[in-house]
Amino acid sequence: MIMTIWALELKRGRNALLIWAASISLMIALCIVVYPEISAQMNDVSKLFSDMGGFSAAFGLDRIQFGEFIGFFSVECGNILGLGGTVFASLLGISMLSKEEKEKTAEFLLTHPISRKRIVAEKLCALFTQILILNAVVITVTATAVFIIQEQAPIDTLALLFLSHIIMQLEIASITFGISAFLRHGGQGIGLGTTITLYFFNIIANLTEQTAFLKYITPFHYTDGGNIIADKTLHWEYIAIGVLFAVIAVFAAFWKYHKKDIF
Amino acid sequence: MNAIRTEKLTKYYGNVRGIIDVCLSVNEGEFHGFIGPNGAGKSTTIRTLLGLIYPTSGQAEILGKDIRKQKHEILCDIGYLPSETVFYSGMSVGDIITLSAKLREKDCREEAAKLCRRFDLDTSKKIDELSLGNRKKVGIVCAMQHKPKLYIMDEPTSGLDPLMQHEFYDVLKERNEEGATVFLSSHILSEIQQYCKYATFIRNGKILKSEKIENLGHTEMKNITLKGIRALPSSKHIRNIKTEHDTVRFLYSGSTRELLTLLQQLQPQDLTISEPSLEEIFLHFYTEEEL
Repeated sequence: MIMTIWALELKRGRNALLIWAASISLMIALCIVVYPEISAQMNDVSKLFSDMGGFSAAFGLDRIQFGEFIGFFSVECGNILGLGGTVFASLLGISMLSKEEKEKTAEFLLTHPISRKRIVAEKLCALFTQILILNAVVITVTATAVFIIQEQAPIDTLALLFLSHIIMQLEIASITFGISAFLRHGGQGIGLGTTITLYFFNIIANLTEQTAFLKYITPFHYTDGGNIIADKTLHWEYIAIGVLFAVIAVFAAFWKYHKKDIF
Repeated sequence: MNAIRTEKLTKYYGNVRGIIDVCLSVNEGEFHGFIGPNGAGKSTTIRTLLGLIYPTSGQAEILGKDIRKQKHEILCDIGYLPSETVFYSGMSVGDIITLSAKLREKDCREEAAKLCRRFDLDTSKKIDELSLGNRKKVGIVCAMQHKPKLYIMDEPTSGLDPLMQHEFYDVLKERNEEGATVFLSSHILSEIQQYCKYATFIRNGKILKSEKIENLGHTEMKNITLKGIRALPSSKHIRNIKTEHDTVRFLYSGSTRELLTLLQQLQPQDLTISEPSLEEIFLHFYTEEEL
């Protein structure tokens, strides 16, 4: 049984992955392609945002130079990949274990000689694989679009931006995967709600000092383009906490799925 | 050795009764029927044996292996057909059968092809296009293609046409003759009577009786309705008498000759003879205290 469930999951998720990868890539490519035309006006946009105080800070726009391609890319494309990627990851994660019971296929799967631990492990691999494939497509399309418009983009900063988004998607996928083990009937609302809540946590965290602790909870903080461009590194202390959340969620998934009654 | 042995197996869903103190014994090589009305606990017993749900208390062994500790080894030797066969949407019949074999790490292509021919199953069709009966056939092939030692079949013939039901039991009988054990749950008495050598009755989550079919003696029992009659003579073979206007219904467990004599005496306007319901069979076998 060489990763049969992993292969099955990739097959089952093929169409959704194709649609999400194409949609996100297309939107990012469109943003990149129109940049040369609007770049001249972008300095005014930077000034506008820098004058907006707390509002700009809430969205992490106060330190972004829209006149530079990397600044524009980190906000526009960052938002598309940030929201699109995490919504995809959360919907995929939340359904990964629960869909077997929801679609009544659990009885077929679990009456074959495969341990529940193996099922969880292969499904987790399939979840991560699909996220990595989505990002590989997005990165390829981004690179192609940047090459077409012949903009100078710092590769190392771009790589850090993409890396932070991949880590965030894997974190949210792991958290929703963990929740999925406790559900019997899908839970897409819970998956979507988790992502949206974490997104708003980041906005609230940027507003005042009192709410700054939320930066340690939401993974959207460590994908903040302004910080990554300015510091030329990722904030590993926030990432470490995110990885810890992900590990706890994955352990919870193994523990719960191993002991739960399957209907 | 016992193919299935349970000892005080109990399952509660929260406070809701599933099965209580189920003691079941099925010897290797038996063709064993598991019979009870809907909600009696047949599927709960089977699901517990297969490790889909965990028992609240009690012990169970399959082929001498503990259901909790040796689940993987047990499932290698079992062919299971659920009462409701559901497969992954979008896949073809062939894909599902191959997937089932892959999950067992076995090459079952030859046996699967034979079974598909016998059950007249088109492997190129999509699962979503299949009728209930054809989905059942896919389940049967998945349960049989690896030639397991123990067949656990939960309401196996629901949805199958009579011809396919016959073919299904033919294959099961062949496998049984080759040495496999068959454990078959059903609420259809005639099915159990016709094919099984042993039967276990379950009701309200408790085992009522486990017996050889030939010892049960219920084959002679009939449900009789007579029209144009208001009273019946007393007889040890007549019970459960229900009178409504000029119609009398009762359970008859005597010989056919005595029945014909009785009918000649009574001269009814109309007569219906049918198989008794399970409830009536249970009432025939057990007193209210035992139930």
